[in-house]
Amino acid sequence: MIRLFIALLVTLQLFASCKSEAQSDAPAHPVVAPSAMLGGIPVYSKFDDFEHWLHFDNDTTYVVNFWATWCKPCVEELPWFEQLHEQFRDQKVKVVLVSLDFKKDLEKKLLPFVQSRKLKPTVVALTDSGYQNWIDKVTPDWSGAIPVTLIYNARKRAFKDDQFSDYEELEKMLKDLKI
Amino acid sequence: MKRIFGFSLALAALAAVFIAATAPATDGLKIGDKAPDFKLKGVDGKTYSLAGIKDANGKAPKGYIVTFTCNTCPFAVLYEDRIIALNKKTSIMGYPVVAIQPNDPALKPGDDFAAMQQRAKEKNFTFPYLFDDGQKVFPQYGASRTPEFYVLDKDMVLRYTGAMDDNAEDPAAVKVNYIEMAIKYMENNQAPNPATTKAIGCSIKVKKS
Repeated sequence: MIRLFIALLVTLQLFASCKSEAQSDAPAHPVVAPSAMLGGIPVYSKFDDFEHWLHFDNDTTYVVNFWATWCKPCVEELPWFEQLHEQFRDQKVKVVLVSLDFKKDLEKKLLPFVQSRKLKPTVVALTDSGYQNWIDKVTPDWSGAIPVTLIYNARKRAFKDDQFSDYEELEKMLKDLKI
Repeated sequence: MKRIFGFSLALAALAAVFIAATAPATDGLKIGDKAPDFKLKGVDGKTYSLAGIKDANGKAPKGYIVTFTCNTCPFAVLYEDRIIALNKKTSIMGYPVVAIQPNDPALKPGDDFAAMQQRAKEKNFTFPYLFDDGQKVFPQYGASRTPEFYVLDKDMVLRYTGAMDDNAEDPAAVKVNYIEMAIKYMENNQAPNPATTKAIGCSIKVKKS
């Protein structure tokens, strides 16, 4: 029994040392320029180039919403992200709306949508259709359905794998993370 | 020693928290689980269950391709013709497609039974298109989006789940058809690899309680 316990401890230590090593060796997420700009919207055709938006390490809290113009529940909750952007504009909060619209729809659908709605939060387009290769890199908790929202800062991360029920739910998630 | 012990315990606790925090939701079927059968009404008015499904040769299937899909999701629409083509190809091989519409029509009127019937007629669906009335079936499978695919073997054991292929936007640019690949593995008595994939899709619309 004692031997087993010691073995367990050794395993845990190994696990711990591997982990910390992996952490120190972990590649940072360098800021990569977008593949293109479309009317002020950075367009990323590769997830790896986009990934730094999910890993800024500073004193700002990022609210990253994955959406598309074709996704009805996504469009329904956009006003809450606009409201959040207004409400927290002086509080080191940055709202980022990541559009997953297809490449062929960016000019036809996304750009007119963003312009006609005068969307204030930052809009970014991610057109990497190799979903299988990157969905888990956002978080393994994500099945791929949209909308989803990741809120993070240098200390904490939280993930909502569905549409918010109302503005208050979104605001609460942000406030809980900022504490 | 005591210090190391304490340190290890703390690490163990930390590891437990870490694992709990990163473990994905475990609801629904996992690879190797037996999929539940169901009794659902098809667009032809008949009631279907997996046990009664036959392949294109009129024989008991070697497996089943169960897909949760709908009329309204643009991603599901992108796969409509591909599902029709897939069934044409795989049903002859012994793997018929069974499509289930899981959305609540109260929230998505374009997915109601009449709209399903019309869509199936327009597109000449050659596979059952069933309505998950009451939304009891899709949670048992753990489906979360449309379109989503489950490949079962003849014993209704889940062997593959996820996307149909690796390019939703452009069928011509598809490099891998995960379902056909899974069937190839199964035909060789091997476990499909990959056994699970992920893709973007529309969240299944559930009535809020």
